[in-house]
This record gives sequence, C-alpha cells and structure tokens, in this order.
Amino acid sequence: MELDPLLLSRIQFAFVVSFHALFPVFTIGLAAYIATLEGLFYRTENPVYARLSRFWTRIFAVIFGMGVVSGIVMAFQFGTNWSAFSYASANFLGPVLSYEVVTAFFLEATFLGVLLFGRDKVPKGVHLFAACMVALGTFISSFWILSANSWMQTPAGIEMRDGLIYVTSWSEAIFNPSLWPRFFHMALASFLTAGFVVAGVSAWYLLRGRAPEINRKALGMTVVLLAFIAPAQLVVGDLHGLNTFEHQPEKVAAMEGAWETKQGAPLILFAIPSAANERNYLEIAIPNAASLILTHDLQGEVPGLKEWAPEDRPPVGWVFWSFRVMVAIGLLMIAVAAVGLVQRLRGRLFDSPRLLRVFTWMIPLPFVAVLAGWFVTDIGRQPWVIHGIMRTSEAVTPSLTGWMALFSLIGFIAVYAVIFAAGLYYLVRLIQAGPEALEGTPEASEGRPKRPFSAVDTSFDDGAAPEGVRR
Amino acid sequence: MELIDLTLIWIGIIGLGVFMYVLMDGFDLGVGILFPFAPDEEARDTMMNTVAPVWDGNETWLILGGAGLLAAFPLVYAVFLPALYIGVFLLLAGLIFRGVAFEFRFKANRSKYLWNWSFFGGSLVASFAQGAVVGAYIQGFEVDGFTYVGGPLDWLTPFTVMTGLALVCGYTLLGATWLILKTEGALQTWAYSVARWMLGAVMLFFAIISIWTPLAEARVLDRWLGNIEWLWIFPLVTLGAAAWLWQAIEKRREGIPFIATLTLFITFYAGLLISMWPLAVPPEHTFWDAASAPESQLFLLLGVLFITPVILGYTAWTYWVFRGKVRAGEGYH
Repeated sequence: MELDPLLLSRIQFAFVVSFHALFPVFTIGLAAYIATLEGLFYRTENPVYARLSRFWTRIFAVIFGMGVVSGIVMAFQFGTNWSAFSYASANFLGPVLSYEVVTAFFLEATFLGVLLFGRDKVPKGVHLFAACMVALGTFISSFWILSANSWMQTPAGIEMRDGLIYVTSWSEAIFNPSLWPRFFHMALASFLTAGFVVAGVSAWYLLRGRAPEINRKALGMTVVLLAFIAPAQLVVGDLHGLNTFEHQPEKVAAMEGAWETKQGAPLILFAIPSAANERNYLEIAIPNAASLILTHDLQGEVPGLKEWAPEDRPPVGWVFWSFRVMVAIGLLMIAVAAVGLVQRLRGRLFDSPRLLRVFTWMIPLPFVAVLAGWFVTDIGRQPWVIHGIMRTSEAVTPSLTGWMALFSLIGFIAVYAVIFAAGLYYLVRLIQAGPEALEGTPEASEGRPKRPFSAVDTSFDDGAAPEGVRR
Repeated sequence: MELIDLTLIWIGIIGLGVFMYVLMDGFDLGVGILFPFAPDEEARDTMMNTVAPVWDGNETWLILGGAGLLAAFPLVYAVFLPALYIGVFLLLAGLIFRGVAFEFRFKANRSKYLWNWSFFGGSLVASFAQGAVVGAYIQGFEVDGFTYVGGPLDWLTPFTVMTGLALVCGYTLLGATWLILKTEGALQTWAYSVARWMLGAVMLFFAIISIWTPLAEARVLDRWLGNIEWLWIFPLVTLGAAAWLWQAIEKRREGIPFIATLTLFITFYAGLLISMWPLAVPPEHTFWDAASAPESQLFLLLGVLFITPVILGYTAWTYWVFRGKVRAGEGYH
C-alpha cells in the first residue's frame, strides 16, 4: 500500500490543531469573563461575583492546562512535518511565534498563579490586576498567532529571494490585510463560546434548583452580553467575508458554491457541489442575494470557480458545507440570545424550563461553529500554504515517509484520546460537584498554591464519596 | 560583516535558553525517573510537591527553544526535527503523560498508581529522547544542501542510545540532589544514597563519551588535541566538581550537592560546545549557515532584550516563594 506523507501530515495537522483550538477559544473568552467578575466584585463588594469567579476560575484551570499540553505539540509540528514551509518562511514566522512566547505565554503563566491561588494572599486590587493580565495575555497570544495565520492567507511585507522569504516591512507583514477582520471575528467567537458555556451550565444548575442566586446572576449577565455579541458577530463575519472576497475570491467562490462567474449571483442555501462535474446538484438559492451581500449591488459580479484552473481551487465540498454549518449555528445563537433577552426584559428568564434546557443544549454548538469556521478559512486557503506563494504540497518535509507519518498520526490520536478523555471526565465531575462544593472551604487553609489543576479539589475517581467532600 | 555579529548574540541567547531548560526541567524530570524507586507512597507525594509549583515554568523554556530556533537558526529547526521525527514524537508524548500526571495523580484514588507510572514513564522517555538528541547532534546529519535526506532511524545508533542513557543518569543525579535540598528525614537519606550511585554512573558515562566521541569524530579529536591548551580547564573543572559533589554527599551537606551538580552540567555543556564549535548542523553547516536573515534576528532581539529580564525576574520570584523544605503532607492534600 502506498501511504502519502502529504495527506497523512495534513490529517495529523488538522487533528492536533483542531483539538488544540477547542481550548484557547474557550479560555480567551472565559478569562475576560473572570476579569469582569473580579472587577465587579472589586467595585460592588457583592460576594455573588466572588463566588462565581471562584467557580469559573476552577473550570478555567483545567481547560487552560489541556490547552498548554496540546499547544506544546504545535510548537514542533511545523518542523517535523512541514520543514520546507518552516525553513522558507522562518524569517517572518520565527520572530512572530517567538514574540508570542515571550509576550503572551510568560504573562499568562505569571499571573495565572496569582489569579488561581492568590485570592487570600494578595490585596484585592492585585488579584483583579492578575485577572486582567491573564485576559490580556490570552488576547496578545491570539494576536500573534492570528497574525501568522492571516499572513499565510494574505501575505504582505515580504519578498522571495532564492526560495526564502525575506521581510521588507514588519508592519505590513504583521498587520497584513486580513489580520483585523480575523482577529475581531475570532475574539467575538471566543466571547460567544465562553458566553454560551457559562449560560448553558448556569441553566443546567437552575433546572436542578442548585445555587440559584449565583446562577441566576450568571445567566442574567450572560444573556445580555450574548444578545449584543451574537448579532455583532454577524456584522464582523460579513466584513471578514468581504475582506476574503477582496483578497481570496476563490475561497469565497467555494463558500458560495459558485462555479460560473455571474452578474447577479444567487445565494445558495442548499446544494451538493460536485468538483468532478464542476456543478451543483439539488440547488436551492435566493436570486441575486450573493451579489447583494458581496458587492452591495443586485447585479454585481461574483467570480465562479471556473475562473481558476482545477489545481488552483480549494476543496469545494468541505468549504461549502463548513461555511453553512458555521452560519447556521451563528443564526441559531442570535435567535436563542434574542429570546433570552426578551424573556429577561419580561422578568421571565428563569421561569421556563424549556428555555433553560435550550441553553444547556447550546453548550457544544459554539465549539462546532469555531471548528467549522477554521475549516472554511484554512481548507479554503488550499492548495496554498502561503496564499499565492507556496503550495501545501511543497511545504511537507522532504524526508518524511508515509509510514513515519502514519506512526505519529496514530500515536497522537491514541495519546490525545487517553489524556483528553481523562480531562473531560474530570471537567464533568467538576461541574457536577458545582459551585456549592466551594462554599465554606476557604482555599487559604490549603497550604501553598501549586499548579493550575490543583486549584480543583474534586476527587478524580472517588465515585462513592459525596460530591465535593475533601479528603 | 555587520558592526555587531547578531548571529553570535543569538548563539548566546539560544544557548542560555537551552541550558536553562536542561537545568530546570532536568531536575524535575529526574524526580520523575526516581519515582517508582522511592521508599513509600508518602515519599512520592513529597517528591512531587517539591517540583509541582515550578515545573510548568521550566517547560515554557522548551517552547521558547523551539520558537527561538525557528526564528534565529531555521536550518537547525528544519533539519533536526525531520531527522528526529520519531524521537520528537516520543519526547512530546512523554512530556504530555508526565505533565498531566502531576495534576491527575492528586485527584485520583483508585487510579493513582496509573498516574505514578505515567509520571515515571513520561519522564524517562522524555529524558532519554533529549539525550539521544544531543548524541544525534554530535553524530551529525545527512543533508543535501539545506535539506535532511537521511532515514527515519538514522539518529538511533549505539552512540545515541548511550548519550540517551547518560542524560537519564544526569537528570536523575540532578533530581536526587534537588531532593537532598528540598526534603529531610528518611527521604533525604535515601536521596543521598541515590546521589552517590548516580554520581558514579554519570562519571562513568563522562569517561565513555570522552573516549568514544574523539575516536568516532575526527573533528572532535582535532579540537581537543589542537593548539588551544586552555580548553583542558573544562575537564579538570569537571573532575573537581565531581570530587566536590562526592565530598558534600559524604559530609551530608544539603545545598552544595545540587550546586555541584549544576557545575558539573555547566562543564559538560561547555565541553559539548567546544567539541562542536562552530557547527550547528554537523558535519557541514555552521551557526552562520543556519542563521536567519539579519533583519529577522534584529527584530526579535529588540523585544527579547527587554522581555527576558522580566521573565527571569518572575522565575526567580517563584523559586523564592516556594523556598525551603517540603514536608510530608504539605502542599497537595
């Protein structure tokens, strides 16, 4: 059997990066939420905020830990599987990724310890400052990594000499054309993810009548936030799409499922695109709507995929369907957040078990939407690793054999399955134990602060012991 | 040549970063390797508590090493990682298993033994893989221009297995002397006896490597038998540090064994660099061949010069906060 190292490397990269992406997208938003809670507690002295912050900080610790462990792998993936790409682009990507380490990772690490364990050891103001620094660190980190990704989508500020990339303008390269739309789209996605998780978990407690005071506060706050950012994400997403239309029109053509260049292009709601036959089957479309969205003109021209040679087109099916999944979830989020806001304004938010259940069911959806969004943008970049400059097929490590790639792919899947099953089990236990488990057990008596996970006292596998009981 | 040799500065920065990693993650990997041999379960709890507050900061230096190599010496990054593909996978898997073991072990009851083995196995595999990387660096890589063209297991030779085992012993010595510093009573007594044996093992490997390397690599022999006599200070300091360490163990000193071991590691590291200088990707490419564009080195250097002191300050502060002996039952509950 012939094993293709390129295909296996792509599967492996997609697997490890998708797995990793789940964690930071949650912690970026959650860090900001915790900083907000700490700020409110600092100003109002209302203990509800402190209790909420205490509980969510523990969840944060576990997710952050899993993000760190899966992130170490990423730092070496570029070299092991994509050494040709790494070598060619090192003059830009090396400094950018290094800046991420020194400006973000150390900031997070420094203040995370104070945030997790310092509540009773440092003054309240210092604790609030630590929470803000952790949130800032997560944003700085996403700035650098999104700069790197955006540069691969819309390269700028560089020139190629003898197959290597040289930076001619650092500001143009770092602040490349797609950075800001992507950054704000991702930042809002992080807020939406954290917001829907907080709302869903709070609703789950309220359905069971557990810790109603703090969970009502959490759900009430979050619903208002979501009602603003869910529609805002639609606007930012549209701006991001227009940016892509300008710089990577073939990606938009794949997202739209457009084969022919048309004036007055229809917006396709459903279709089964066939790359082999260069057409769609079972198409349901709104006439002229794609032109209206993309060009703000009913008769505007939208290029079709046939403008590009077949070897220069992204895989249509993946991009087309991922885009629809993302948009559908986005619209559902807007609807749920709007209903939540209306019910809150009517003072009925906590009365309807059905609505609370809907919020609970929403928990996994933002994660799916985020992955779908990344599928759109990074599969849509294919066949390029650096758009228009270097093909993915040229990026792979020359010495890599199919068997080596298969070995590491199976290895990573096995390792992640074990580690993350354990982590997820632990997280579920932590949520089941609930905020009540923290009441009346001041951490101050716990001795010295240790590590992120040790902020969490729930026993890992003592199924028989009462929830939240310490040993 | 530029007014300032940026590449030389970057050799210093990356060298310091790698060395920080080896010293700092070295002792906590060593504690992991010693784990199953500890006197009892309570001793294991204490051992883990001595490194729990600091190990994640230690490991951040590895990420800095990876990203820094890509930035300053992309050829090293783009040859070492493909050449060591299987080894890098084992290293990462080892680090993942031991990293989560820290956290999960203290939450577990029935499954605690699993995380004990996860901590030991992960530490052992990661240490061995790092030692093999050092051996592979000495051995050199088959390149065509700037691309690795060797096979997937070229790195795995009797020599690299030997350097892998040598680093396992070295880290274990670091771990044992760290435990002498941080513990007391029966556990400390045990650590003294382990340290004595491990010192013997480390010096044995030092002798083997000192003979084997020059015989295998002519360039190393030329370096040491060349006309730079002062180089021989380093092996002499090595022997002096070993004697110092031995005496400190005999006299039951608590802090000196760890410091003497650090000194040993500094001389080993210096000896390695002397043997290899100025090669970054042996046998062909020097650090200057491997360097990135000067504008890239400069752009990152400006930030690193400002930020590194802050990082070092934080690290020192953490160790200060967690200074002193760790007693049974302290820390994790």
